[in-house]
Amino acid sequence: MNTVSSPVPPAAAEPGHAPSYLQDGHGIKSWIMTLDHKRIGVLYLISILAAMFLGGLFAMLIRTELLTPAKTVMEAETYNRVFTLHGAIMIFLFIIPGIPAALGNFVLPLMLGARDVAFPRLNRLSWHLYVIGALFAVYSLIHGGADTGWTFYTPYSTTTTSAVVPITFGAFILGFSSILTGLNFIVTIHRFRPPGMGWFRMPLFLWALYATAIIQVLATPVLGITLLLLIVERVLGVGIFDPTLGGDPVLFQHFFWFYSHPAVYIMILPAMGVISELVSTFSRKHIFGYKAIAYSSVAIAFLSFLVWGHHMFVSGQSPMANMIFSALTFSVAIPSAVKVFNWVATMYKGSIKMDAPMTYTVAFILLFGIGGLTGLFLGALATDVHLHDTYFVVAHFHYTMMGGVLMAFMGGLHYWWPKIFGRMYNEKLANIASLMIVVGFNITFLSQFIMGSLGMPRRYYNYRPEFASYHQWSTAGAFLQAIGFILVAVYLIHSLRRGRLAPANPWGSATLEWRCASPPPTENFATQPTAGDPYDLKPLVFDPKLGGFTYRAESAEGVA
Amino acid sequence: MIHSLPAVLASLVPLRASNAFWLPEEGTAAAGQVDWLFNLILGISVFFFALIAVLTIYFLLRYRRRQGIEAGQPPTHHTWLEITWTVIPTIIVIVIFYFGFTGYMDMKIAPENALEIQVTGQKWQWLFSYPNGHVDPDLHVPVDQPVKLIMTSEDVIHGFFIPDFRQKMDVVPGRYSTVWFNVTRPGKHIIFCTQYCGRGHSDMSAWVVVHPPGEYEKWLTEAGDELSKLPPAAAGEKLYLTRGCKQCHTIDGGASTGPSFLGMFGRSEAMKDGSKLTVDENYIREAIIDPQAKVVAGYQPVMPTYKGKLKDNEITVIIEYLKTLKR
Repeated sequence: MNTVSSPVPPAAAEPGHAPSYLQDGHGIKSWIMTLDHKRIGVLYLISILAAMFLGGLFAMLIRTELLTPAKTVMEAETYNRVFTLHGAIMIFLFIIPGIPAALGNFVLPLMLGARDVAFPRLNRLSWHLYVIGALFAVYSLIHGGADTGWTFYTPYSTTTTSAVVPITFGAFILGFSSILTGLNFIVTIHRFRPPGMGWFRMPLFLWALYATAIIQVLATPVLGITLLLLIVERVLGVGIFDPTLGGDPVLFQHFFWFYSHPAVYIMILPAMGVISELVSTFSRKHIFGYKAIAYSSVAIAFLSFLVWGHHMFVSGQSPMANMIFSALTFSVAIPSAVKVFNWVATMYKGSIKMDAPMTYTVAFILLFGIGGLTGLFLGALATDVHLHDTYFVVAHFHYTMMGGVLMAFMGGLHYWWPKIFGRMYNEKLANIASLMIVVGFNITFLSQFIMGSLGMPRRYYNYRPEFASYHQWSTAGAFLQAIGFILVAVYLIHSLRRGRLAPANPWGSATLEWRCASPPPTENFATQPTAGDPYDLKPLVFDPKLGGFTYRAESAEGVA
Repeated sequence: MIHSLPAVLASLVPLRASNAFWLPEEGTAAAGQVDWLFNLILGISVFFFALIAVLTIYFLLRYRRRQGIEAGQPPTHHTWLEITWTVIPTIIVIVIFYFGFTGYMDMKIAPENALEIQVTGQKWQWLFSYPNGHVDPDLHVPVDQPVKLIMTSEDVIHGFFIPDFRQKMDVVPGRYSTVWFNVTRPGKHIIFCTQYCGRGHSDMSAWVVVHPPGEYEKWLTEAGDELSKLPPAAAGEKLYLTRGCKQCHTIDGGASTGPSFLGMFGRSEAMKDGSKLTVDENYIREAIIDPQAKVVAGYQPVMPTYKGKLKDNEITVIIEYLKTLKR
């Protein structure tokens, strides 16, 4: 198949006439051994959705157990494994690869008007590594699971009797998958930009993926070596982190957060990129402050390496280090705030349509706003000491990771769904489901802010009765969200067979992926398109015959 | 002085009324400082969230897509607007950083005359050692006296958290960490463990008991003598309950991390290495001082040593207590 990866696709039939990438090859082998970035994107999508389902199942088990202050359905040892697996699966198997590897793989070459990523074989290898890493996590699960929390803090993780080694080794392998994807994206963006696409004509999603890829390549090796050292200590008894062997347990925390703080930007930056695309398209407006958004992505990527110590304000780190990390942490707040202001300004004087992608975009802006603002409480030293390791922190990172990344992922999934599968989903059901998810989300996590600031520590199996009502609200909200997500699964699966056939450009976006058919042929574009301003939406008009947008007849030539 | 600014402003701003909803009781003056900053950040956050939310919802309604009306074409960037909304948040976060840092330093540096109490964290109990040698499962302190805790862990990392004092510090094996506070009125306050430490993590709590003036010394003397006044088995039971035995050894035959004490004395036990022995005074003494030497079959070698932590006469009364636990 696609062994050559040239930026210039061979001249072929018009898009739409060539068979779509979904039809080009049948059978399991044509999928799992594919080199087509679109198929790899779909494989990733299926994998991460399976991980999301599993992680969600564990989340529901946590919330069910916490319905009452003492034992509800499981023992403490089981509960500890359940919250560890919820965190580890959601972080390493869903959020980190979620937007870049699934949506990014599908969309990035199309946005560049290219035929594929720079290294298709590396791309396939990264998915294979993902699957192998996931199998290690499943293996650990079958062998009783780990009970360390997703952070694997030593010396607990080096002394517990649970299955720590397979799950950390799984995360180690997943790291390579992430590095390879990042490397591939960096080279693809450098080499495959089409004529007309200078750096500042790149869609903002590509800026975000580029910034993300840099973090993936630079930070992930640190996680790899840290987890390997953990395994070496457990298996061979070499004293690195365990003080009884002469190690330093806080050293592990430095290593771990040196990766895991940048990692939260691996998660949120692509989400911000998605939101930049959606807010412009659904407002039918040019994005406001393009350069500020692009620069802020790079600024966030850079600053993300300098703030890891804010996870360790009460670890025994020196007050001087705490002061420096607190100051640097606040510096990350600025580019994030700038992006939010730009998105809101983009809506000004727009023509806003509340289709599901836009509903999720609005949810993102407001929920991420809360997530970001509550970060101020945690960045400030005096208040962090009180809030550290309480449910306030749990709520804060769920507002950024779920209210932020997951909402953007859902928005992006609905936005690119017609392009990926060639079918439209049911808009009315999508809006009902998004409402359930957003309302359920707020019920779940607002109550956690309150109980956290009142002093409820995280990772508690039993809790004091005065926190019971907050926990019960939280659990009720979680079940409402679960119903919403099941509804999403139902109408999306239904749309695969029964959905209305999608037009090439259903939403009226000017980025290049909407210029090829839905779903695209294997070759993507018959002739390489020339890029214009990715946010100049004026020439696009709605054509009721197509059910989608097309270029005005008189300006069809002038797009370039 | 600028350092006292939060306290001065705190007395002016009547935001405290909301504390019942957001924050627990203020046990110390320092907690009031933290709450002042918390409420300041809360006010800033509510303002900015309201600003974003009102604009977003207004735009959604005002500019919703209508037939025949196209989007306007206002400028796609505006340098002064963008500089403004970069500079204002920058100033605000510098202010928050400043008060966060100064408040933190006040809570970090203990006065010279502080009363020192040693704290040990272990799975899953806090132990407090007082200057007269008494060890207690709760933290007893006098009112209006700076108290400095010198903390370390026997096993994994624990987190020492008193919500009412807004104080928290990790307790790390192999090193010492400290917190200090000065409680302003008598009362009781909960202590939580905040660093995940395994099965009993959520049960690892204790109380701060704040004594009225003059009563702390009285309590300390009485508590120090208490064991010598009790019959040996009762003293052993007291130690069983307060020194971390009950977290892993039941007295009703129930399963736990370690073997149950019920009917243990005099019983013949199989050891991990395959040997068998009868539980007698010497085995119990060895198991307390060197727990990993002979581990009962079916259990993990996880018990910390009590060498130097229990005196000889304390071990003796524990043995007397175990003898009373007959089936």
